Amino acid sequence: MKLTGAQIFFQALKMEGVDTIFGYPGGAVMDLYDEMYRQDIRHILVRHEQGGVHAADGYARSTGRVGVSLVTSGPGATNAVTGIATAFLDSVPLVVFTGQVPTRFIGNDSFQEVDITGITRSCTKHNFLVRDVRQLPQTIRQAFNIARSGRPGPVLVDLPKDVIQSVVERADIDFPSDVQEELPSRKYLEMRCREALDLLLKAEKPLILCGGGILRGKASEEFRKLVTRLNIPVTSTLMGIGSFPGHSPLWLGMVGMHGTYYANMAVSHCDLLFAVGARFDDRVTSKVEAFAPHAKIIHVDIDPLSLEKVVRTHVAIQSDCKPVLQLLNDMLDEALPKRQGDQYSSYSPYSHWREEIARWKKKVPLSYCRNENIKPQYVIQKLNKITNGQAIITTDVGQHQMWAAQFYNFDYPDTFLTSGGLGTMGYGLPAAIGAQVAHPERLVVNIAGDGSIQMNIQELATAVEYDLPVKVIILNNGYLGMVRQWQEMYYGKRYSQSGISGCPDFVKLAAAYGALGLRTDRPDLVEEILRQGIAHPGVAVMDFRIEPLEGVYPMVKPGAPLTEMLLGQQTAAIM
Amino acid sequence: MPNMETALAILVNNKPDVLARIAGTFSGRGFNIESISANTTSDPALTKIVITTNDSREVIKKIEKQLKNIVDVLKVENLSTQKSIHREMLLVRMKAAGDKISLLEKIIAERGWRLISRNSGCFILEITGDQKEIMAALALLESFGIDDYTRGGVVALELEQK
Repeated sequence: MKLTGAQIFFQALKMEGVDTIFGYPGGAVMDLYDEMYRQDIRHILVRHEQGGVHAADGYARSTGRVGVSLVTSGPGATNAVTGIATAFLDSVPLVVFTGQVPTRFIGNDSFQEVDITGITRSCTKHNFLVRDVRQLPQTIRQAFNIARSGRPGPVLVDLPKDVIQSVVERADIDFPSDVQEELPSRKYLEMRCREALDLLLKAEKPLILCGGGILRGKASEEFRKLVTRLNIPVTSTLMGIGSFPGHSPLWLGMVGMHGTYYANMAVSHCDLLFAVGARFDDRVTSKVEAFAPHAKIIHVDIDPLSLEKVVRTHVAIQSDCKPVLQLLNDMLDEALPKRQGDQYSSYSPYSHWREEIARWKKKVPLSYCRNENIKPQYVIQKLNKITNGQAIITTDVGQHQMWAAQFYNFDYPDTFLTSGGLGTMGYGLPAAIGAQVAHPERLVVNIAGDGSIQMNIQELATAVEYDLPVKVIILNNGYLGMVRQWQEMYYGKRYSQSGISGCPDFVKLAAAYGALGLRTDRPDLVEEILRQGIAHPGVAVMDFRIEPLEGVYPMVKPGAPLTEMLLGQQTAAIM
Repeated sequence: MPNMETALAILVNNKPDVLARIAGTFSGRGFNIESISANTTSDPALTKIVITTNDSREVIKKIEKQLKNIVDVLKVENLSTQKSIHREMLLVRMKAAGDKISLLEKIIAERGWRLISRNSGCFILEITGDQKEIMAALALLESFGIDDYTRGGVVALELEQK
C-alpha cells in the first residue's frame, strides 16, 4: 500500500488526537488541503493567518490541549509569526505547520519562499524543516511532545511541497509509539517540599503568588485546596488569574504595575513569598531590588530557566506545579492535625497578617469615580454580575485588558485568555473564536479596545460563518488608551498619534459582517445593552462609548518600587 | 577584576541548523562568544562545539541553562570547573628579509613551532598553545613584521573522564 506525504500528515495528526485545525490555504499547502477534502477533520478557515494562530492559541488555553494551525509558505508563514511569539511568551502549546517551497527550490528566493525556521528560531520551543517524507510521522510526534512537555510552547513544522507530494510504501513509514515524559524524582520533590512547608508554617506574614504555570499544569484544584487549608492570602500575575476564585476573601487580585494597592503592599511587607508557576516578569516585580524586600522566596517552576533568573530564592523547586501541590497537601495532612485538630479552615496563625492586609484593602479598594460618562470599570462590573464570573473572557492589550483583570472576578481556571507576555493587540477576537470552537456551550466574551479590535476585526467573518456566537465588548474611548495614559503621565501630555477618533461605525460594521451591533454612551443603558448582546443567539458587537480620559490605577511607574503607586484622582486624597 | 575565560563543551546533534540555534541563543540573550570551534566526534551523528566566553559566573550559569534548553543540545560541560587543557592554533604569515631570517629560524627551532611553508621571503608558521602562549608568540613575532594571521577557536578537553 502506498501513502502520500499528505495522507501521512493527517494520519499522524489523528494519532495526536487532533480534531480541529485553524488554517488558511495557499500554493505550498494545496496538497494538504486537497487531502483534507477527503479527511474527517474540522478545519476553521480564518481570514488572516495571525488570527488562525491566535484562534489555535485560544483553543489551547481554554482546553489545555495542543492547538494546531496550518498556513502556507512565505507571507502565510510570516503572518503567523506574531501568533507564534504570543504563544511562546505565554507558554501555550501549539503546533504550527507551514508550507514551504519544494526542497530543490529552497534558498533560491523562490515565489513565496521565506526561511521560516530561521525566522522563528527564537520564538518557538523548537522548529523543524522536514526534508524527507519518511521522517514526517516521527517529526510530528516530536513536535507535539515538545509543545506540551515541560514548559509548554509553540513548535513549528515546515513542510516543503515535494515532501507532502511524495509517495512511499506504507511499510517504509514508521509511526512512532508513545514516549513517557521524565518526571522529577519523588525524593527530590519530598526534600524540597519539606523545606517549603517548613518555611510556610514558620512564617508570620506569608503570601502566595500564583502564575500561569498552575493553569498550564492543570493544578488549580490542588492549589485551591492548599491555599484554603493554609489560609494564606493569594495574589496573582496576569497569567495566573483564574487559578484561585476571585470571590474568595483570600484573593488579593493582581500584583505589579497595575496590581491592587493591597496586593502590592502585601508583597512589599510579607516575610515569605510562595511563588507557584510564576516567572517574576518585570511587570510583576517592577524594581527587582525593592521587590518583596523582607521575604524569603519559595519558587516552583517547571522551567529551570525561570529559577534564579530574576530573584534570589531560598527554596527553588523545578517541577510541574501539580505534583508539588499534591505533595504539600499530603504533607499538610500529616502536619496540620497535630497542630489544629481537624479544623483546617481555622488554621490561622497568620490572622494578624490577614487583618493588616484587610486594612490596606479597606483603605484603598479597587475603585473609580462615577461621572455622566460610562466608566469602563462599570461595564466590566456589570458584565461580571450578569455572567456571574462564569464567562470565558478574552482580551486584547491595553487599558481594557487591565480593567478586565481588575474588575472581573474570575472563579474558574482557563477562563481568562489574554496576551500577557508579548502583549499582542488583536489577540482577543480570534482567541475568543478558538475558545468558542472548543466550548460551543459556553459564553465567550472578547473585551477589546477600539484600537485593538481593528487589528484582527476581519475575524468577525469567521465567527459569523461558523456560527460561533462570541460577544465583543468594545470599550471605545477614541484613544490608544494606554499610550495616551503614559503620554499624560510621563510625556507632558503630548498626545502624539494616540487619538484614533477615525474609527468606523462599529454597529454598521457588525451588521456588514452579519453580526448584531449595539451601541450606547449612557451609563444607565450599559446593563441593558450587555443583556441584549449576550442574549442574542449569534455574534454580537457592543460598542460602549466610555469616558475618554479614564486611566488605569493603581499604577507603578516602570522601574519604581511596588509601594510607589499612583492611585488616581479618587484615592489620591486618602494617602 | 576581569572575568576568567570559560570554555563550554557542547555536544549536539550534527544537523545543519544547530550552530545557528546556539549562536542565536548567545546573541538573543546578550551573551558574548569569544571563540568557537566545532567538529564531529567519534559518533558522526554528533558534533562537539567548544565555545569560550568571558562572561561572569552568574551569566555562564544562565548560558548553560539556555543551551540545555535547545532540543538538539545533548550535553553541556563547563570545562573551566574541572581540570582540562585549552589549546588554540595560530597560523601566521611573515615576511622576513636579510639577517632577520636566520634569527626567525632560530626562534622557530627553539620554540618548537612548525614552519609549514617557505616561499622566498614568505614564511607560514603553525603555532599551538594556550591563550597566553599564543599572545606571547604574536607579541614576539610582531617585531619581525606579521603579514597576516588566523587564530582558531579554543579546543579543550577534560584531563580525565568524569
